[in-house]
Amino acid sequence: MLSIRDLSVGVEGKTIVRHLNLEVRAGEVHAVMGPNGSGKSTLAQALAGHPAYAVTGGEVTYLGRDLLAMSPEDRARAGLFLAFQYPIEIPGVSNAAFLKAAINEQRAARGLDELDAMDVLERLEQKLQLVEMDKSFLSRPVNEGFSGGEKKRNEILQMAVLEPTLAILDETDSGLDIDALKIVAQGVNRLRRPDNAIILVTHYQRILQYVEPDHVHVLFDGRIVKSAGKELALELERRGYDWIRDEVGAVA
Amino acid sequence: MTSIGAGTDRYLAEFESLERGADRAPAWLAALRREAMARFAERGFPTTRDEDWRYTNLGPLAATPFRAAGAVASLNLSSETVDRAAIGPSAWPRLVFVDGRYAPEHSSRQRLPGGACLSSLAEAMTTDPELVQRHLARHAHWDADVFAALSTAFVQDGAFLHIPAETAITAPIELLLLTTVPGALAQPRILVVAGPHSRFTVVERYVGLTDDTCFVNAVTEMVVGPGASVDHYVLQEQGASTFHMATIHAALERDSAFSTCEATFGARLARTTLTVRFGGEGGRGSLAGLYVTSGRQHVDHHVTVDHAVPRCSSRQLYKGVLDGSARAVFNGRVIVRPDAQKTDASQTNKHLLLSDGVEVDSKPQLEIFADDVKCTHGAAEGQLAPEAIFYLRSRGLDDTAARRLLTLGFVREVVDRITVEPIRSYLDRTLEARLGTERGSKEMP
Repeated sequence: MLSIRDLSVGVEGKTIVRHLNLEVRAGEVHAVMGPNGSGKSTLAQALAGHPAYAVTGGEVTYLGRDLLAMSPEDRARAGLFLAFQYPIEIPGVSNAAFLKAAINEQRAARGLDELDAMDVLERLEQKLQLVEMDKSFLSRPVNEGFSGGEKKRNEILQMAVLEPTLAILDETDSGLDIDALKIVAQGVNRLRRPDNAIILVTHYQRILQYVEPDHVHVLFDGRIVKSAGKELALELERRGYDWIRDEVGAVA
Repeated sequence: MTSIGAGTDRYLAEFESLERGADRAPAWLAALRREAMARFAERGFPTTRDEDWRYTNLGPLAATPFRAAGAVASLNLSSETVDRAAIGPSAWPRLVFVDGRYAPEHSSRQRLPGGACLSSLAEAMTTDPELVQRHLARHAHWDADVFAALSTAFVQDGAFLHIPAETAITAPIELLLLTTVPGALAQPRILVVAGPHSRFTVVERYVGLTDDTCFVNAVTEMVVGPGASVDHYVLQEQGASTFHMATIHAALERDSAFSTCEATFGARLARTTLTVRFGGEGGRGSLAGLYVTSGRQHVDHHVTVDHAVPRCSSRQLYKGVLDGSARAVFNGRVIVRPDAQKTDASQTNKHLLLSDGVEVDSKPQLEIFADDVKCTHGAAEGQLAPEAIFYLRSRGLDDTAARRLLTLGFVREVVDRITVEPIRSYLDRTLEARLGTERGSKEMP
């Protein structure tokens, strides 16, 4: 589904992701872990097409298409979804209006009819239960005045509504209490299907107690330096990231 | 520049012909007009050396030879055209003015309760002379404001609305003011008198049916009686070459509530000089406006809230969206006079700049002479946040749709204050059209 080869990404002239390789197949859940500054968010943002992140080398194929040649909106319309680490506040635009616009833009791109307000509301209300959010959430401006946990749950709501093919969650678990964490994990597990894939970018092993990954990768200094099964996450939790640093240093 | 006002000659000539004409004005009005004309002639059109006009150049207005609308024939309008231009359904009481002149054939004055009067000003001078004389030109500062003086010098007709004490009217009253004739000066004059504890909504709707150069000089005086509650709307869609000068003065008496909300879309130059004066304790004023401009449009708001007495509150919220090489001027003056303790006043003015070619001059002007008061003000201007655009694009909206949705979000705060239908849906519709259409931004909570 997603094939990243030799990818390098820079921000403001500074290279953050270096020669990164990653293969994600349909049905898989990948956890990308790493210490702060290792390039996790840069990788996530670059895959979503953030214009401030300049790809300086390598290639990315998504569903057989050249992902890097696609605009952010085309990536979204092709089923790629990024749950933001820091969701953006949009004053004056209700969650409902925002989601209606997103649903219909994506439907239009797939040649489907536009949904009217009632259809959208119905769909949104079902998904609200999934993230245990009140209906009043829909009429509030997007993320404005939301608590940290509400913002993260709102990302999961969007994900649930848009039903992406490839979901990338950028530290969605950070700063969540245990209840919110379970809600987020549940949202991710609901999305888990043989034809979907999920990349969980995270600093901690916590969420992986609820979402079992197929693969765990350690990102260090812009490179994936170690890949293994879910047991790697537990090892990272137990031993921290320093031993990785030593190991990488030893190899280099 | 004081002895012979710039650009006033032809107006003097028009005035003399008006005086010679068959117009039988009562003596008090004739005297008032002469005084106002003298004032106008003495002052002339302001220049940018005048502090109140520093950022608004009236040179092109002063240089254009407008003819009084009375001297030119207006278009014959079909009722379909009129209905299309109107905001409300025909069930609303409505007075229609074409180039400043009352058009009874398009007006409907039915359905007003007993004692209420909606009529042309000329009629009211006969039917309600005492009330007209007491209020007409007694509130708008024609001695200080050239455009109020010009209006007062030529005052002949206009709209008169008097709602008596303890009377509530549900249907908004619409004043539809159409501009049809190129080169004409139209001077609509509006007098609204709200009796004690009355409650109603009045809408001034300006529509330009020509894109040629016109000059509309509108003056609205509103007297909000004790305990009365008046909601006032100004919805302006003049033609692209029109000079639209509006002077609005609201005099608020004890415990009254007044709200005014203005939406400006049209005109090449639109100036609103709005004054709200608290003359009795316990008054509440809500002043809001939004303007959406592009091309070379120039929109100027000079708002004065005069807290002359204690325990009144005022809220100002003005938001502008500027594109192309548009220019916006906002001057928000709040005066708190020495006795006006417990005043609670706020002012917010924000601009969204959609292009690099736009210019904004926003100035709060707080003159506070009392010590036990709460006054806040805030002004901000900025462009759409790139992070917000990316966020929307990451959900599938293209760049244009993302910008539209964010721009609609910016003005939403003003639009949300409007609960009256179909004014609310008119605004939604017009904003959609002016800012482009956007999937999903309407019909949602």
